[in-house]
Amino acid sequence: LNLALFYFFAALAVVSAILMVTRRNIVHSAVFLITALLATAGIFLQLQAEFPFVVQIILYVGGIMVLFVFVIMLVNLDVTMRLIQFNRQRYVSVLLALVLAIQFAIAFWVGRAGLNLRKPLDMPPHNTEAFGEALFARYILPFEIASILLLVAMIGAVVMAKRRV
Amino acid sequence: MSHLIPPSILPYVLPVLFGVVIVGVFPLVAGYIVLAERKLMADMQARLGPMRVGPHGLLQPIADAFKLMLKEDVIPAGADKFIFWIAPVLSVTMALLAYAAIPIGPAFQIADLNVGLLFILAVSSLGIYGIVLGGWASNSHYSLLGALRSAAQLVSYETAAGLGLVSGLLLAGSLSMKDIVQAQADQGIWFVFAVPIGFFIYLVGSIAETNRAPFDLPEAESELVAGYMTEYSGFRWALYFLAEYANMVIVAAIATTLFLGGWLRPFPRFHDHLPGTSIELLDAFPALLFLAIALYCLRLAPHQPVKVQKLFMAGVAGACALLAAVMAASLFAPAGVMAGIHGAFWFIAKVAIYIYIFLWVRFTFPRYRFDQLMRLGWHFLIPLALVNVIVVGVGIVLQQQWAVSPRLTEILGTIFMLGVAVFLAREEQQHVHAVEVAAESGEGE
Repeated sequence: LNLALFYFFAALAVVSAILMVTRRNIVHSAVFLITALLATAGIFLQLQAEFPFVVQIILYVGGIMVLFVFVIMLVNLDVTMRLIQFNRQRYVSVLLALVLAIQFAIAFWVGRAGLNLRKPLDMPPHNTEAFGEALFARYILPFEIASILLLVAMIGAVVMAKRRV
Repeated sequence: MSHLIPPSILPYVLPVLFGVVIVGVFPLVAGYIVLAERKLMADMQARLGPMRVGPHGLLQPIADAFKLMLKEDVIPAGADKFIFWIAPVLSVTMALLAYAAIPIGPAFQIADLNVGLLFILAVSSLGIYGIVLGGWASNSHYSLLGALRSAAQLVSYETAAGLGLVSGLLLAGSLSMKDIVQAQADQGIWFVFAVPIGFFIYLVGSIAETNRAPFDLPEAESELVAGYMTEYSGFRWALYFLAEYANMVIVAAIATTLFLGGWLRPFPRFHDHLPGTSIELLDAFPALLFLAIALYCLRLAPHQPVKVQKLFMAGVAGACALLAAVMAASLFAPAGVMAGIHGAFWFIAKVAIYIYIFLWVRFTFPRYRFDQLMRLGWHFLIPLALVNVIVVGVGIVLQQQWAVSPRLTEILGTIFMLGVAVFLAREEQQHVHAVEVAAESGEGE
């Protein structure tokens, strides 16, 4: 059942990601991006990581995507509907994709001896506290650096937006 | 009965049953909240409110529901059909999904999640897509403006309300709804008395999040017809309405669990007994309350104009008497049964009181202007909530490291927070005044 759930969520994520790129209507794209994010959250839940599951939904789906949709709705949709969304460089892209695929194949082939998938850590099912412990005790320095980076980005955005007003 | 069901699905039977009951009963509950709202509004405006359908309008919600179901379902030309169709469904589904983690008393809960509170917040924050997408798909300017306002408002006030919740969570030390209530039982205090400012912030934030007056700008009827649901009619419109009331009950349930002690009885140290018995006075209160309502309904019955209505009123009295009997009978049942039934009673009573505050606020305050709304959120509530979280954190450290008495830290912290609130409010007033002066001089030129 666990595996079936994983394949369900993974397939949902991949399919909605493809649909998101190919839709003409930008709001439909946003809806499929939301679906993809929710499917990813589902995979977190299936791995018994309740906290990342909830945070994924609150932050990405409930916060960031709302702002995305907010901005999208202000864009004049009629114009974007008539734009040509895909440029005609099909052969170049196929070539590049092939090169990338071959590179991956070689990398996997060379490193197949050391390729043992990590087993998930043996955690109790209710691991929110362990999560907080790791984040705020063991990895406090990276955590703080990341938050300062975000703060800098936020102040920078405000400064740049203010200048134009 | 248990031998009829295979053991592999046995643990799922009761939660599924409970979920079906909630989904089935909730529309009725929402209908009666609407009736209560209309009655209360009528009372505050010295009117009678709905009186025709059933005695004192008691059957009005059912009549309304039938009317909405039979109305024509209009899809505007140029609407995005699929999104127009899915938006109200999304709204209602997400609102009802959140009930999975709400404990109605110690016995009735579908799932006691480890991250229960966050789960409820996450799921109910998805409901915004129903509003935003519905407003966009209607292909109408009023709807689109309503949806935009709704998105901006939700993003601003969710931060404040969330930070208000954090102050309570720090005290509880858990995200599981059951553990939060248990923490309040252990510490012997409802968190509303420990962090009143946090409760206040959550109260304001939750009114704004559910788009209720005075924050109902997404559906301000004097500016936007009906906001995001302008183009919706019939049953789709009813779904939006249902989602709005479902969200009200959810925020009320969160506030009840985190700040008002969940299913705990008020005055746990008050042990006076009913004269001549071994029953505690407050445990007998629910039964006495329902008995009083039953007697009141019975007294009203002969005054109804039509015979059917007389009979109906008597029937209502009978139902209340039955509830009173259940409450009384549970006093003599085993302790677990009594805790379950009385817990549910106190929980629902507290939720009802919180919703009453919602209604009361709606009929008391005029609607905010949009810039006032944003200023209140970003300049007052969010800074206040941030300082509040820090103060609560400091208070907890003081209690744990230096063993300062909890009551002392709570009182000092609250006084400090009131000071901060006054400071922020004055600062804000001066700022607004300066802006207005500048605007006036600008117009004069």
